[in-house]
Amino acid sequence: MGLDFEENARGFRSGRSSFSPVTLFDVSRQRATTAGQVQLPPESRPTRMDRGTRMAFLAAREAMAQSALSGGNLPLIVGTSAAAMPLGEAYYRAALGGEGGRREQLGRVEFYQAQRQMTDMARLLDLSGRMRIVSNACASGANAIGQAFHLVRSGRAERVLAGGYDALCQLVFAGFDALQALSPSGIPRPFDAARDGLALGEGAAFLVVESAESAKSRGAEIIAEIAGYGAATDVHHLTQPHPDGDAALATMRAACEMAGIAPQQIDYINSHGTGTPLNDVAEGHAIRRWAGESVAGVKVSSTKSAIGHLLGGAGAVESAICLMALGRGFIPASLHVREPDPVCVFDLVREPREAELHRVMTNSFGFGGANATLIFTREGLA
Amino acid sequence: MIRELFISGTGAVTPAGWGAAALLDALKHGAEILPTHLERTTDSGNPVLTPVLRVPMENAAVPKSARLRRTSPISKFAAAAAMEALGAERLAASLEGKLRVGVIFTLTNGCVNYSNRFFGEVLGDPSLASPILFPETVFNAPSSHLSAMIGSTAPNDSLIGDGSGFVTGIDLAAEWIERGDVDGCLIVAAEEIDWLSAEALRLYSRQLIPSEGAGAIYLEPAGPGVRLDLLPDPVPYSATARLEAAAAIRSALRGDGESHSLLIDSRTGVPRFDLPETRAWHDWTGARWSPKRILGESIGAAPALQVVAAVEAVKSGIATSAVVSATGSNQQAAGLRVRA
Repeated sequence: MGLDFEENARGFRSGRSSFSPVTLFDVSRQRATTAGQVQLPPESRPTRMDRGTRMAFLAAREAMAQSALSGGNLPLIVGTSAAAMPLGEAYYRAALGGEGGRREQLGRVEFYQAQRQMTDMARLLDLSGRMRIVSNACASGANAIGQAFHLVRSGRAERVLAGGYDALCQLVFAGFDALQALSPSGIPRPFDAARDGLALGEGAAFLVVESAESAKSRGAEIIAEIAGYGAATDVHHLTQPHPDGDAALATMRAACEMAGIAPQQIDYINSHGTGTPLNDVAEGHAIRRWAGESVAGVKVSSTKSAIGHLLGGAGAVESAICLMALGRGFIPASLHVREPDPVCVFDLVREPREAELHRVMTNSFGFGGANATLIFTREGLA
Repeated sequence: MIRELFISGTGAVTPAGWGAAALLDALKHGAEILPTHLERTTDSGNPVLTPVLRVPMENAAVPKSARLRRTSPISKFAAAAAMEALGAERLAASLEGKLRVGVIFTLTNGCVNYSNRFFGEVLGDPSLASPILFPETVFNAPSSHLSAMIGSTAPNDSLIGDGSGFVTGIDLAAEWIERGDVDGCLIVAAEEIDWLSAEALRLYSRQLIPSEGAGAIYLEPAGPGVRLDLLPDPVPYSATARLEAAAAIRSALRGDGESHSLLIDSRTGVPRFDLPETRAWHDWTGARWSPKRILGESIGAAPALQVVAAVEAVKSGIATSAVVSATGSNQQAAGLRVRA
């Protein structure tokens, strides 16, 4: 959708979709052949950064600049699912083919490791704080922001740089295709009655999570407040959610309880909304159970319909989309829906809508049962 | 770390055997475990042989669970260590919903066996790649199995890191307990090997012997148990060189009565990798164990084995306190101290 906050905000506000044929690796023998690919600018100088870390670096640098920070002793909490997998794939191919010298292979192994990539990124950003890399599949980015929220809330840190990232890679693309989770049409239609799967995407987003006192004292612009966070584990199945959305319901309730708000006060939900038959039904049931009688007025969309599923980066990017929506006064759409699934007893937003938002929620659910919900509000409403 | 924390359960799976007792016994007696060789056939006909230290397979030692039927060794190791640390009584309480047990899983490599097999299938013919293998390649698959096995919907996080990552996991668990999110927390680290990871490790040094296994502790806010006495913030390498980071951890863990204490370090036997710890702890006057010298390099699982060994040593009266120094390869230096 774009390489910075502004470009992305314009894209989501205008209802742009950004899928294209995959060119990063061979997909000619896959069922699905499209994804939401990022057009990265050419590197100004060669680095050992992998594709995902390059996106993470761009997003983290922008977040710090927006927050008027230039390094320092702030912790870094990052979510990722695939990390630098393309380097691992390159190591595997070279080992099997007997290609590449020891030095080249050592480089691939060393820079394949997420903590090495993130340490180098922290160094470039002049960060000296401790680091955590959360890998809770598709909830990783949301969990990273949630952990940052807790660190600041408890007073253990004044501010934290938190976010998530993932780049497209062959192993993961083929994995989702093997599970028949990818949309063969290449167009994901979350919450459509005839949806046929998800599309993968790639990207990154970072937020500076800071105490209100600290931000105000240094005159930083406050984009939004984090009001609530809930995390729970769905033990139903490794890859399938509980059909009634039990864990999703638990995280939505926990986040609301922490925020001290009722479901009616949530102006918009950026759903997990992958576009797979099972996920959307489970999340739909969870939203209905959570909202109760007020469900018809709950506005819901899935921005995965525009950029795809960013896996470990999804929760962070969708948090950033919530901030765009809050700040610019619009609701991004669930694109490509032709006929809503009967589970959509809520207000499924199918075209971008101008709206004054005060409190928004984002859901992230992952393989392994990792579930997370975050609530963002305008400043002063938390 | 604000409140008192106790380690009231440990578990381990190592090349020395299944169970924390086998780990303690191997370290106490300086056991010599002989490597076997992992063989990879190549198109040229010349096999690649890699010396490795493997966990002796004992099917009876693997907990019985439907979730483990299709898993590779990493999940089985993790489950065995976790169930040992949790114990039967707490497991029953968790399954009955009377105990909220969080799960934190730390790792470096993860499920390399299935990643290897699955990607091999993808390169061969992606339309035939197994949908059963792929989910197990996800980093948090083992921790998901653990929560399912103990019937816990409490928080579950997987953290990627270097050979110090287990300490970060303990720090996160302390946060959860402090906030009241959980009654107690299982912190588990595990790794498995195949040629993919074993040959990769040997690129760093031919002296390193790739290994595998798991370590687990159960952390809770009340005793009885071995007290988690000191848990300094790790020192990341983003702003501090490895040498200075190890020295900073040594400084943070300095205490009285070190001559009666036990140091469990992360030295491998390769001088250039060990230099930071060798220098940082040159003035240590107590006893000292280096588990990797016996058990091999199990990367993400190694610091868990150090912590389990420290707890077991204190429990068995070998020392009144034990210090763990985990100087990771490319992320941070970390450590902790436990006391009776």
